[in-house]
Amino acid sequence: MTSVIVTRGLVKQYGRVRAVDGIDLDVRAADVYGFLGANGSGKTTTVRMLLGLVLPTRGEVELLGGRMPRAGRRVLPRVGALVEGPAHHRHLSGEANLALLDAAGPGGSRRTRKRRIAEVLDQVGLGGVGRRKVGAYSLGMRQRLGLAGALLRRPELLVLDEPTNGLDPQGIAEVRELLLDLHRGGTTVFLSSHLLAEVEQLCSRVGVLDRGRLVLQDEMAHLTAPTGATVVDTPAPERVRAVLDGRVLDTSGERVVVRGADPAEVNALLVGAGVPVTGLALQRPTLEEVVLAAAGTSADRVERP
Amino acid sequence: MIGVELRKTFGRPRTWVTIAVLNALPVLVAVLLRLTDLAPRPGEGPPFLSAVLTNGQLYPLAALAIVLPLFLPIAVAVVSGDAVAGEAQAGTLRYLLARPAGRTRLLVAKLVAVLAFVVVTVVVVAVVGYLVGTLLFDARPVGAGTSVSGTSLTAEQLAARTGLAIGYVAVSMLGVAAFGLFFSTLTDSPLAAALGALAVLVTSSLLLTLDAASPIAPYLPTRYWLAFVDLFRDPVLERDVVRGLALQGVYVGVLLTAAWANFATKDVTS
Repeated sequence: MTSVIVTRGLVKQYGRVRAVDGIDLDVRAADVYGFLGANGSGKTTTVRMLLGLVLPTRGEVELLGGRMPRAGRRVLPRVGALVEGPAHHRHLSGEANLALLDAAGPGGSRRTRKRRIAEVLDQVGLGGVGRRKVGAYSLGMRQRLGLAGALLRRPELLVLDEPTNGLDPQGIAEVRELLLDLHRGGTTVFLSSHLLAEVEQLCSRVGVLDRGRLVLQDEMAHLTAPTGATVVDTPAPERVRAVLDGRVLDTSGERVVVRGADPAEVNALLVGAGVPVTGLALQRPTLEEVVLAAAGTSADRVERP
Repeated sequence: MIGVELRKTFGRPRTWVTIAVLNALPVLVAVLLRLTDLAPRPGEGPPFLSAVLTNGQLYPLAALAIVLPLFLPIAVAVVSGDAVAGEAQAGTLRYLLARPAGRTRLLVAKLVAVLAFVVVTVVVVAVVGYLVGTLLFDARPVGAGTSVSGTSLTAEQLAARTGLAIGYVAVSMLGVAAFGLFFSTLTDSPLAAALGALAVLVTSSLLLTLDAASPIAPYLPTRYWLAFVDLFRDPVLERDVVRGLALQGVYVGVLLTAAWANFATKDVTS
């Protein structure tokens, strides 16, 4: 599997503050990589270093096989990016904004520009307002236009920082579908977000950033793998404890956690003993539990030294 | 890239509003002169203004002299200060650089766009001045233009020297643009960048009035701005014009190098 984004010992120091503290990212082709972290944990600084906007204090960034920022001219045309919200010229139309952006760098053919712009506008659902001035767009429309700009050259890699910011629930679902669609078409997606639900629904790999350090990087399937316990919902938890003596790990209300990775076996025992069972499932940790276990307190909290 | 920046500069209404406002003052002055016939006495008021009542063809020069001390530098400072800082403030700078536009390329394109603005503005002021001048005042018959020294200039001489004067004013404004562009790479606020450039000019103008500052006077950016008047002496007094060109050349070279050095290695966090 080829790596699309690799960082080695990436450090960014602002004065005495270390915003990014030696992270080693590894994003592979065809991943949907969720880059999770609280506000202020260094996500955006990392994304900016990936794109060559901020220069690392130490360490290196390799993007699509090229060392950044030197290889930027070669590899960045193959990357679509949305960094910290969209930004456009308000007095120009959506189409004009995309055309200017496309003309500002290499890798966007002038011949196909009009067609590509019409295509991406349709793709993000702005086909009908392409000629309207961006100043008259809603926040959600601007976010969509930003996404359209990222998709303009059919990039191999999408680097998206909080792409669903400002979108309503329908819009979020639409963007999710769009990203999954692009992913099926072979695009690698690097999604930076603090929204656990978004990452959980989309991503195949996860990296968790905490105060500038990468505290976790693994396949989503590993992180949320079954724990080897079964969760039983029952109106009679005390009877479960009586039947499965010694196997009960935890009881809370009408929910009992029982050791044993085979719900059918647990069910047979309980039903055989006449215990009513209303629900039965393999226990899996949620992404939230995994992240909270790996990361410390919120980075917004600043305690007195 | 250069085409993109030119489209941005001349595609935005603000640019044309600025140019229109810039032309309003000379037009107003011309109308007032025409209505009252009260020209300043020779040697007082803006250069050339006393002469236009007798020869409207000199009005382009009077118009340039009217806007040169304040209006023109303000316009140039605003546009050049906006060049990079404006993109930073709007957030579009990060998308341009991630596109990738290339930092050096972007700066060069910005410079060319500012340059084009300077040239277009100065030429428009001159052309509007010519139209207003010939419309409102007597245009001397061909072959009877008057130099500042009192001798007469042929129409060709007058046209050629007016062209040179327009070029000289444009070069002077390039110095302002270099300050604006340099400050524009230092801050994310276009207002701060424009004010920075203007502060330099105000300081320079103030120091020029101060005898104690005379040792540094030859190196102040505004020192030779009005030297274009010397192009209309007979014979042409070249000394100040040449010094003015050289001085602006040094300022432009040093400031653009500094702007490039700063911008090429800057963390873009806007």
